[in-house]
Amino acid sequence: MVKTYIFRFLIAVLTSIFMGLLYMGIGRKFMARIRRCYAGPFYQSYIDVIKLFSKNSISHNWIMDFGVMMGFAGIIATVVFLPIGPFNVFPDMKGNIIIIMYFMTIGYLGMAMGVAASGNPNATIGIARALSLMIGYEIPFALSVILLIFANRSSLLYDMVLSQHGSFLNWNMFRYPFAFAGSLIALQGMLGEQPFDAMIAPAEIASGPMVELSGKFLGFGFLQHASQIFLETGIIAAMFLGGGTILGFFTKQLILYLITLSIAAVFSRYRFEDAVKFFWIIPTLLVLLQLVIFLA
Amino acid sequence: MILSSTKELKDKGFEQILDFFRKKSLWMLHYCTGCGAVELPPTMTSRWDMERFGMGPMATPRQADLLLITGYLSVKSLKRVIYTYEQMQEPKWVIAFGSCPINGGIYYDSYSVINRLALYLPVDLSIEGCMPRPEAIIDGFTKLMKAIEKGEAVGYKKYKENYEWYKKNQREVLERTTPVL
Ligand code: SF4
Repeated sequence: MVKTYIFRFLIAVLTSIFMGLLYMGIGRKFMARIRRCYAGPFYQSYIDVIKLFSKNSISHNWIMDFGVMMGFAGIIATVVFLPIGPFNVFPDMKGNIIIIMYFMTIGYLGMAMGVAASGNPNATIGIARALSLMIGYEIPFALSVILLIFANRSSLLYDMVLSQHGSFLNWNMFRYPFAFAGSLIALQGMLGEQPFDAMIAPAEIASGPMVELSGKFLGFGFLQHASQIFLETGIIAAMFLGGGTILGFFTKQLILYLITLSIAAVFSRYRFEDAVKFFWIIPTLLVLLQLVIFLA
Repeated sequence: MILSSTKELKDKGFEQILDFFRKKSLWMLHYCTGCGAVELPPTMTSRWDMERFGMGPMATPRQADLLLITGYLSVKSLKRVIYTYEQMQEPKWVIAFGSCPINGGIYYDSYSVINRLALYLPVDLSIEGCMPRPEAIIDGFTKLMKAIEKGEAVGYKKYKENYEWYKKNQREVLERTTPVL
């Protein structure tokens, strides 16, 4: 019993890292083609990660080690709750969306603890921006979650997927188009792509949270970002695009990621307070409109 | 005795595998003091597209593998370059751009500019020219990659072994800039 759980847990985590890195690689190629470049091979991210773990790294104190690990652990602990297509890691949990939203913040908080302990002011500014941006995009996202909980009378992601079975017109994307649009904008913020990349801002605060991370710490940061891409596109794919078979699920995730990238390719950066304001106005209103239509 | 040598052999094999990944993913930090910086944007963007080799710019010394010194170095900025180099994590490499870091270039008789970078930092590769064109830069990068794969680019080890010598040279020139008052 315990063994099967551990086995399933490992499969879910490894899948998320493997697929996340693959999406990152494909995404880089995609971005390069938009700019008329070619970029490296699609497996470039794997090479990067292996290289990072082979480098020396410097730690400032144990809080930094612990925080970086906690950031990574927070994200992989969340992936466990995500139904990957028809596959559930803990068959009796079925991905409660409230738990997912709660656990997702732990990743950020761990990262915040780790990089704040690194003592570089740029890192602190970056993570402060990331956390305030979170307040921005969580509101439209939480509203659309509330909408779907109302609609399905259940807070399980698995039930939401089940209710969208059958023809693709059953997908929540077509049933609740405004909520889908709002969540898509929120996804842009969750992934930290332009125009919402004020926390990274390489030319301004020297890549924000990652400033002091070297070698394996940056490697963990990379892995965390990979699982994060997998997790967040996965949530939207399950909520609005009807889950599907494993392959179909991966394809939907990739398409969602490429959509965010193509939006990112043409936008410059919002100041973070403008970004928060934007999140509280446009996507929030879109989702609220959908709520009103649904209740009426 | 035998045990230690097999371990050495294993380590070496392992390093060789890792070197393959290291050469495929060189992240660089450019220290843009001189005129050389102007040739880097075309090398990075769509015309010459250096990302094909897995190279890319990085924001801080902690994340980077490769330090580019693009052009002349004044004595004051040498100090910052040394700080930066020592902050980078091993394995790390240094590339000197243009003739200025090799022999002083057109600033060979200036009072405020150093002539040979190799006296102060272990330079793994120099690309001559004033300024080297992107083709020459990419050629230089591929040479460095080959050297890394063969395990020949070991400037950072030399720096550790001859630390005293480098520090002596650095001190000699840096003392010139300490404020008189
Ligand atoms: S080598 Fe020429 S281009 Fe480069 S820094 Fe010196 S003078 Fe400028």
